[in-house]
Amino acid sequence: MQVLLVDDEEELVTALAERLSLRGIEALWATSAEEALRVVETRSFDLAVLDVKIPKIDGLQLKKQMQAMRPGMKFIFVTGHGSDRDFKTGVAEVGADYYLVKPLKIEDLIAKMKEVLES
Amino acid sequence: MNIQEVQIGLGGVQFFGKMAASISHEIKNVLAIINENAGLLEDICLMAERGKPIDPDRLKRLSGSVKDQIRRADHIMTVMNRFAHSVDEASVSIDVSEVLELLVSLSARFVAMRGVVLEVGKPAGAAITTFPFVLLNLLWLCLDYAMAVVGPGKTIELLAEKTGDGVWFRFCKLENMETDAAPLFPAEREAALGQALHAQILRDPAAREVRVLLAQRRNV
Repeated sequence: MQVLLVDDEEELVTALAERLSLRGIEALWATSAEEALRVVETRSFDLAVLDVKIPKIDGLQLKKQMQAMRPGMKFIFVTGHGSDRDFKTGVAEVGADYYLVKPLKIEDLIAKMKEVLES
Repeated sequence: MNIQEVQIGLGGVQFFGKMAASISHEIKNVLAIINENAGLLEDICLMAERGKPIDPDRLKRLSGSVKDQIRRADHIMTVMNRFAHSVDEASVSIDVSEVLELLVSLSARFVAMRGVVLEVGKPAGAAITTFPFVLLNLLWLCLDYAMAVVGPGKTIELLAEKTGDGVWFRFCKLENMETDAAPLFPAEREAALGQALHAQILRDPAAREVRVLLAQRRNV
């Protein structure tokens, strides 16, 4: 499984990538939309884990751009929202079915990754 | 309660809510980082139980990261506390630099999300008597307008200058003020806040700036 983690909190994605790699999941990371698009342009991933709020462009728009480049790529959204009502509405608008709320449980994330890839 | 007071009250609640949501989002990020670092420590312990030696430098880096995040959270909560207390008194003497510092701290995430660079000039060493919460609300709306006007990748310069009768807050380097896409400014909400503070709000496309003149010793 090859995963791209996108979040402007560098310490978060680096720690998460390390924890995933310890569990046999290859994870690269990007801290901006521009960096994420550059990485996706050069190599393919099974799925991306995107923060909903990243600078300049929101995660939902980033997903659209990534999907245009890699139509087979799957997505999981991560949010720091206390209430997820608006988030659910926004996610539904761009057709994303999967999301998790920060702080993440690594077991939940991996289970969700498997669920997404099997869907 | 007249229409203007209702407008200020409703707008104020919206402003407070927006800032509280941003702060809670920041705290969630801090908790998420601490959570992942704690998870990594658990992973390292599990590996040590299986015979892999522990690297002390790795542990130091992780504990340093947790401490950094605790300091970050402490700063966020200090800002939140100051902001919460800005509603306490309708007329209080406050240093201009404190107002700017609070505004910049509160708006940091919004500035980053919009991809704008906010440069803050050394503020005038002056105190003003005002309603801090209402002033912060007005300055936030000016900054929000400035960010909408300039767009991502551009710089906004924020200055506070002492005048004979008070303080000028200046939002400078605002490109694209004359485009059709630029929002109406000052709109009713800004005008109501300006009136309540006895402040003048000037939109000056020729100078590419928005200015707020807050006169001394006026109460809301």
